[in-house]
Amino acid sequence: MLTILFDGLAYGMLLFVLACGLSVTLGLMNFINLAHGAFAMAGGYCTVILVNRLGVPFALGLPIAFLVTAALGALFERTLYVHVYRRSHLDQVLFTIGLVFMSVAAVDYVMGSSQQFVLIPEALQGHFIVFGIGMSKYRLLIILICGLLTVALQLIIGKTRFGSRLRAAVDDQRVARGLGINVGAVFAITFAFGSGLAGLGGALGAEILGLDPTFPLKYLIYFLIVVTVGGTSSITGPFLASILLGIADVAGKYYAPKLGAFVIYTIMIMVLIWRPQGLFGRSAVR
Amino acid sequence: MSAMLPPTHGVAAFLARRARWSPLEIAFWVFAFATIWLFPGKHLILTETAILALFALSLDLILGYAGIISLGQAAFFGLAGYVSGLLAKYGIVNEPVIALLVSGLFAAALGFVTSFLVLRGSDLTRLMVTLGVALMLGELANRYSNITGGADGLQGVTIAPIFGMFRFDMFGHTGYVYCLIVLFVCFVVVRRIVYSPFGLSLRSLKGNPLRASAIGIPVSRRLVAVYTVSAGIAGIAGGLLTQTTAFCSLDVFSLERSADLLLVLIIGGTGYLYGGLIGAVIYKFLQDWIAGLTPQYWQFWIGLVLVAIVLVGRERVDGWVAAARAAIVRLGGRLVARPAALGS
Repeated sequence: MLTILFDGLAYGMLLFVLACGLSVTLGLMNFINLAHGAFAMAGGYCTVILVNRLGVPFALGLPIAFLVTAALGALFERTLYVHVYRRSHLDQVLFTIGLVFMSVAAVDYVMGSSQQFVLIPEALQGHFIVFGIGMSKYRLLIILICGLLTVALQLIIGKTRFGSRLRAAVDDQRVARGLGINVGAVFAITFAFGSGLAGLGGALGAEILGLDPTFPLKYLIYFLIVVTVGGTSSITGPFLASILLGIADVAGKYYAPKLGAFVIYTIMIMVLIWRPQGLFGRSAVR
Repeated sequence: MSAMLPPTHGVAAFLARRARWSPLEIAFWVFAFATIWLFPGKHLILTETAILALFALSLDLILGYAGIISLGQAAFFGLAGYVSGLLAKYGIVNEPVIALLVSGLFAAALGFVTSFLVLRGSDLTRLMVTLGVALMLGELANRYSNITGGADGLQGVTIAPIFGMFRFDMFGHTGYVYCLIVLFVCFVVVRRIVYSPFGLSLRSLKGNPLRASAIGIPVSRRLVAVYTVSAGIAGIAGGLLTQTTAFCSLDVFSLERSADLLLVLIIGGTGYLYGGLIGAVIYKFLQDWIAGLTPQYWQFWIGLVLVAIVLVGRERVDGWVAAARAAIVRLGGRLVARPAALGS
């Protein structure tokens, strides 16, 4: 029981790191980015190449995956996404789904369609037994890293100058522009950072979520659930939503394996009927 | 003289004038039916095209006319696909046409129930809810694999001859004629709906729901109605797929199916009825062609087309389509005006 809770927590933390970039971009630019999972996949494959083929240590592979994906995110943002912000939601959906299709086929072409595994160092394999709860070392590491990241994010958004600019831009873009905040730059940085986080999540999660070319499509729905249920006005909402989703999913798979994701989708639809802005959201997406 | 007539007369005349079949439309359908004899070797792919066209038509009704973005049209397609498959497999309804109507009704019922979910929230919420419904049904079909066959698909379906007379043959001749007729009937129904006052009210509602409700249009009820009709048509398309292939698998509910559908409609253009049909033809042609070049990676090129369309701008693409249409009309007009020139 507690093991399930523990695994669910690790899974939820992972989902949060994967999806928080998406929630910020959605809240900030009102932009529906269905291709977010593609960046996560990029991070995952980057780690696979670095660790498995080039022999880079795992601990070094993770930050490199973050940087590479962030750079990739910045590149895409400046060259492609920037043209689509002012378009209708339909255009954004089409555009990003197109990107997802392209990424799926391209990765399939380069890396093959089989599932990839990251070689995890010996020290991280195996279990601890604490108070009779079996805890996998790797999952503990995930909880640690993601927990630290969450705290860091909260501090950056809450305490720094950049964070206050970001919050101002999310609250009211026009007024923020009027006050001389360069919303475009804030957005580009946030987008790159969010993509980097997704890449890091993909790298960390390759072991738990599995990594193959269909990754962006398979987990798209999970990211979107986190964002829609959690709301886009803060990072606390998505955080709680991912923890809930992670625990519910792991518990659902354990207790009712045949029902699979049905429980999750049902809960999501119920929540959206009850509160269209998300459980913790303040206002609807404009 | 017109001053003597009641004002509604002008409105009726206006509506009738809008709804008149243009020569181009007639030519389109004459050509569509001519393909039965023109390309007898291509009937299998043409059947797929006709089904896709019908499916796209259903999406056009809610997207192009009512402005609802949906990623879950596959829910209705898939439900009706399984319903018609099960009806035939267990011999509950043997007559294909009646089975098709029944499965369409099932899909419409699901559309009616889920339409209330779509009324609320923003574009993103709608996207999630429609997608969620389709995925939920997919999971259910997977869960109850004793009924649906699960990942192996629904097997052992035998479709009885249509009206007890026309047997489905392995070259798909009967299937194609059947699909084409169903497509045409559904098209006429949708056309009738779109050109009616009801259709006009949908357009106004898409333009500005607040103003539409201010001039007395019951916005929610109209949306529920059009969503239900659209679901029914999507269901008929799904039923057709099962009946012509005698098979139904879990991928009828997949996200890719809904996403491809959006692409079909975008290629053809939304909101003028023929968009879905033309889009389906172009899409199938592209798919066939690209899959011939790179069988495994055609998805990449489909994605590229989507990205390119958005970056170029849909308005501009629609403009090209409109220009091409105008050119064809001019050409057609000239040919009609100078029939002698053709003969010489």
